[in-house]
Amino acid sequence: MMDAGRGSPGTAAAPAGAAPAGAAPAPEPVADERLANIGLGARLMRRPEVGSLLGALVICAFFWVTTEAFGTLSGIANWTDVASTLGIMAVAVALLMIGGEFDLSAGVMTGTTGLLMGLLTTEWGLSMWPAIALTFGFAAAVGFVNGYIVVKTKLPSFIVTLATFFVLQGINLGVTKAITGTVRVSGLGAVPGYDSAANLLSSTFSSYNFRISVIWWIAITALATWVLARTRFGNWIFAVGGDANASRNVGVPVARVKVALFMTTSTCAALVGIMIALRLSSVQAGQGIGEEFTYIIAAVVGGCLLTGGYGSAIGASLGALIVGMAFIGIQFSGWNTDWRFLFLGVILLLAVLVNNLVRHRAEGARR
Amino acid sequence: MTATAEPSPLLEVRGVSKYFGNVIALKDISLAVAPGEVTCVLGDNGAGKSSFIKILSGVHQHDEGEVLVEGDPVRFKSPRDARERGIATVFQDLATVPLMSVWRNFFLGSEPTVGKGPLRRIDVGFAQQTMREEMRKMGIDVRDPDQPVGTLSGGERQAVSIARAVYFGAKVLILDEPTSALGVKQSGVVLRYVVQARERGLGVIFITHNPHHAYPVGDRFVILNRGKLMGDWRRGAIDRDELVKKMSGGAELDQLTHELERQLEAPEAR
Repeated sequence: MMDAGRGSPGTAAAPAGAAPAGAAPAPEPVADERLANIGLGARLMRRPEVGSLLGALVICAFFWVTTEAFGTLSGIANWTDVASTLGIMAVAVALLMIGGEFDLSAGVMTGTTGLLMGLLTTEWGLSMWPAIALTFGFAAAVGFVNGYIVVKTKLPSFIVTLATFFVLQGINLGVTKAITGTVRVSGLGAVPGYDSAANLLSSTFSSYNFRISVIWWIAITALATWVLARTRFGNWIFAVGGDANASRNVGVPVARVKVALFMTTSTCAALVGIMIALRLSSVQAGQGIGEEFTYIIAAVVGGCLLTGGYGSAIGASLGALIVGMAFIGIQFSGWNTDWRFLFLGVILLLAVLVNNLVRHRAEGARR
Repeated sequence: MTATAEPSPLLEVRGVSKYFGNVIALKDISLAVAPGEVTCVLGDNGAGKSSFIKILSGVHQHDEGEVLVEGDPVRFKSPRDARERGIATVFQDLATVPLMSVWRNFFLGSEPTVGKGPLRRIDVGFAQQTMREEMRKMGIDVRDPDQPVGTLSGGERQAVSIARAVYFGAKVLILDEPTSALGVKQSGVVLRYVVQARERGLGVIFITHNPHHAYPVGDRFVILNRGKLMGDWRRGAIDRDELVKKMSGGAELDQLTHELERQLEAPEAR
């Protein structure tokens, strides 16, 4: 379903069995005997999302066989729903990670934006669409601040966005309690414009209740894949994450690219936050907390390196799909859903090990 | 290549000095680079080579003297500024992104595009083909344009940077210690690229601390020592041994040899 785009840039490992590059000074172009080594198999194996594709197939097959509900259309609607909002964020987080940065505030941001939209409409009387526009604007501003601080101070984004995370968490609880007297904002369903907004962002289609967010997820994955593979900006994302100094030396606007990536992440968080708020017609003050790690896990499972410069949007989406399938599969199997954390830990470790191998092969023959 | 009539200089430096606080990094340096000529700047660590390149490439500004490009006095504000005037610098290990493919590295920062508005996209076919052609001119057959630069050898990676600079219209190529991290064989490969760039009419400034690498390719040799110009010879005016000697500060080397000999003899005397 998601192999819409051809992937990210050449990120290959040396074709297996190639002559060690260092041994070949090759001053004259020779008809190259090494050319034959790049078969279809090798080409496939060098793609960052291969691991996650195999993982997704295995997990899908497992639950399909072991549970009855998993393979039914409403079952599929169920796990694609979980995967969709996760996937939108995983793609944004993957772009940011390829660009060499993290955003730990991405999870809590889905709560902040949902709450903001809720307060704007239910407490301050705005109708739905202006509130949505303001919410996106606010999210972009937070992303800008995150990015600006990271770029200006050169501090690790890990720490900067951890601070943002706690600031937003405090605001979410504090402001919500101060205004509503409870820890939730509710009553969004009665706001003018709710129906059209919900239609676009949180409705279901077909009699099996597939979520519209699945369409958004696929569209965003396709767009991100295209950006990474075919646009200058995409090229710069890989470059700033791979080697910011080298990028600067050839004229890539490193700071602008990074700030834009932070803004993309927070804007996607707003999209997801709004989707969830519209779906439930209310928002909990604790919404989204802890999710940021799930996004990062999905991106890493999809082949993103923690060190930046390598990864794919399709991979991150497949990572989100794996998480979604596992969460629902565990539920369908009748196991305690707490086991999903164990599962997340295990796939994260596996993915990091595989990625490490890939990286060594890709950077391999340096001499 | 070693023309008797002196060609007009592409890049000229007249009496340039650079101070960092009360440290004199460079004092009264003069140098000229002509098209189709390799000027080797030699010097030991701390001789002022890096400060010198940084002025030429626009990272630092000079405090005294003049830098002229094709006769016009200039003051580069940034590396980009210098590049626009045709001065391209290949920094030793800061030139390519290892995990990105060869063609993406080649065009990084100046990607060719087709289409308009939101459909504007990289012209991948053109980029790959051009990269292949340009690399072929340097004598490298890139077997797979999607191959990451990290899998190339050190010499080949330098070649990507050099080919890129040449393709984007560099008139003067500044190579910062291109051979220092390489083995003997790979160094030879890079020296060949230096000669190739010269033969294509570029002025090359080759910075190195290794006179054995400078001697075979240089048309002109300049030695820096403690921020000052120690000498400027045309090819033929100096032989290899003399260059080595001059570079290591002649008298100092003799002194060192003498001291070492004494030290080696000393234990036996005991």
